[in-house]
Amino acid sequence: MAQAAVISQQPGSGPDAQSAAVALEGVKITFDLPDGGTYQAVDATDLAVRGDEFVAIVGPTGCGKSTLLNAAAGLLKPASGTVAIFGEPLSGLNRQAGYLFQQDSLMPWKTALENVAIGLEVAGVSGKEARDRAREWLGKVGLGAFGDRYPHMLSGGQRKRVGLAQVLIRDPKIIFMDEPFGPLDAQTRLIMGDLLLGLWSADRKAVMFVTHDLEEAISLADRVVIMSAGPSARIIGDYPIAIPRPRDISEIKLDPRFLAAHREIWHALKEEVLKGYRQSNGGA
Amino acid sequence: MKRAKLLLLQVLVAVVVIVIWHLISATTLFGDPKTMRFFFSTPIDVGGRIVQWVIGGTVWYHLGITLLEAALAFVIGSVGGILIGFWFARRPMVNAVFDPYVKAANALPRVVLAPIFALWLGLGIWSKVALGVTLVFFIVFFNVYQGVKEVSPSVLANARMLGMNERQLLRHVYLPSALSWMFSSLHTSVGFAMVGAVVGEYLGSSAGLGYLIQQAEGVFDVTGVFAGMFVLTACVLVIDWLVTKVENRLLVWRPQPAMASN
Ligand SMILES: Nc1ncnc2c1ncn2[C@@H]1O[C@H](COP(=O)(O)OP(=O)(O)OP(=O)(O)O)[C@@H](O)[C@H]1O
Ligand SMILES: [Mg+2]
Repeated sequence: MAQAAVISQQPGSGPDAQSAAVALEGVKITFDLPDGGTYQAVDATDLAVRGDEFVAIVGPTGCGKSTLLNAAAGLLKPASGTVAIFGEPLSGLNRQAGYLFQQDSLMPWKTALENVAIGLEVAGVSGKEARDRAREWLGKVGLGAFGDRYPHMLSGGQRKRVGLAQVLIRDPKIIFMDEPFGPLDAQTRLIMGDLLLGLWSADRKAVMFVTHDLEEAISLADRVVIMSAGPSARIIGDYPIAIPRPRDISEIKLDPRFLAAHREIWHALKEEVLKGYRQSNGGA
Repeated sequence: MKRAKLLLLQVLVAVVVIVIWHLISATTLFGDPKTMRFFFSTPIDVGGRIVQWVIGGTVWYHLGITLLEAALAFVIGSVGGILIGFWFARRPMVNAVFDPYVKAANALPRVVLAPIFALWLGLGIWSKVALGVTLVFFIVFFNVYQGVKEVSPSVLANARMLGMNERQLLRHVYLPSALSWMFSSLHTSVGFAMVGAVVGEYLGSSAGLGYLIQQAEGVFDVTGVFAGMFVLTACVLVIDWLVTKVENRLLVWRPQPAMASN
């Protein structure tokens, strides 16, 4: 099997910082703890994402994936290192990016439709046009009939889909997604993954996609990046996925290239997952 | 079905109380009805007095004054509470400096202010409005402050990432959150607006339900006192019902009906 030719582990592969949509260089992130100490979540991380590239980030729970996205979004300031967006150092919020958060973050006092429309409205689009386009987007994520519902009347997966429409309607150049399909069942995950790939292929953006699910990462992404268990998590693997597009993600799991990639990445990841589990239990 | 039964039981309680009251004040079952009547009046007399007030029109005038005072107190207190609550929540420094004074002012029993307001503002409606404002303001203030502070960080971060500037955040995030806290204390603040008006009138005025009750007490007219109390109670019940309607309208997005207390 020509496995090595299809995938090869090349840490740090990807674009150079100048041409990248998102470039993290030597990013270190620490948190102050209530007891006065500090917790170093992420250590000296380099990661560059091209403007049309779909990068999936996989790592054990609590390793710092969300933290890394927050730094790239300008919500967190790294203790050291730089974040550059299209070659410009980031100061303040990343205005070029859309961010689908891991936690529920729809405005509970707005209906699904209003939540989706708000991003256009604050950008100066007229109320009627914003609502029309929001209705269209709700249709795209399969929630056309749910526009009048408030977030608490939606299931976790439906809320995620409203969030997806809320982010994508603004047509950001960079998209951060933090476990967007976490609460969905396996079939809906496939449908949503397919939808996402369809939208993305039509108009390619830089995507940083955090997931727990390695299969999902491989089916969707151009590159899969693996993070080590925290504290001081780093990127320990960077795997290009050479499966051609368009991909049929419901069939992709049978593709030998998928299987080879999965085997190789899982091997590296398994160690880290076990390590992360032991560490967060207080062991060494 | 269930609601009808509940209503029946609720009415039954009132009937039982009125019957006992009647037995005490009109029969010899519990002692001399004459003395009892002096202390408690009788349901028939009280009912008669209310009917007389309603037909004669006296009660409408006094009720109108009381409601006007309460409404003014509510509006002024709420607007003040919202503005200052926002200001304090968004400016931690201001909050830190004024915090002990706010607490001290809120700890003061408001009744002691009534004579001072009467002195400053006269015996007309404004001294009662002022008393109501001191009650309403703090409830609204604390709720708005909390509402602004308790905005979920992820909702806030999301709103920022969606491109909102400070003004838009205020309008789409902070204000709805603050108002939802304020609305959930609507029963309390509306009730206190009434309390402020009635207590103010009671302590010195020439019109209003509080005045009516106080006048009756002055001449040991127990029937008048009870009639005034019943009118007041009925009026507060109607207002409370209206507030519940308004609240359900405004807080449709809430997972469960808002708690009425705070
Ligand atoms: N505000 C904070 N203060 C202190 N520690 C924090 C804070 N936020 C996150 N951490 C810690 O930083 C580490 C990374 O958190 P992060 O949320 O990025 O994990 P994650 O990789 O997204 O995990 P998951 O897959 O479970 O979402 C965790 O160990 C967490 O406990
Ligand atoms: Mg996370």
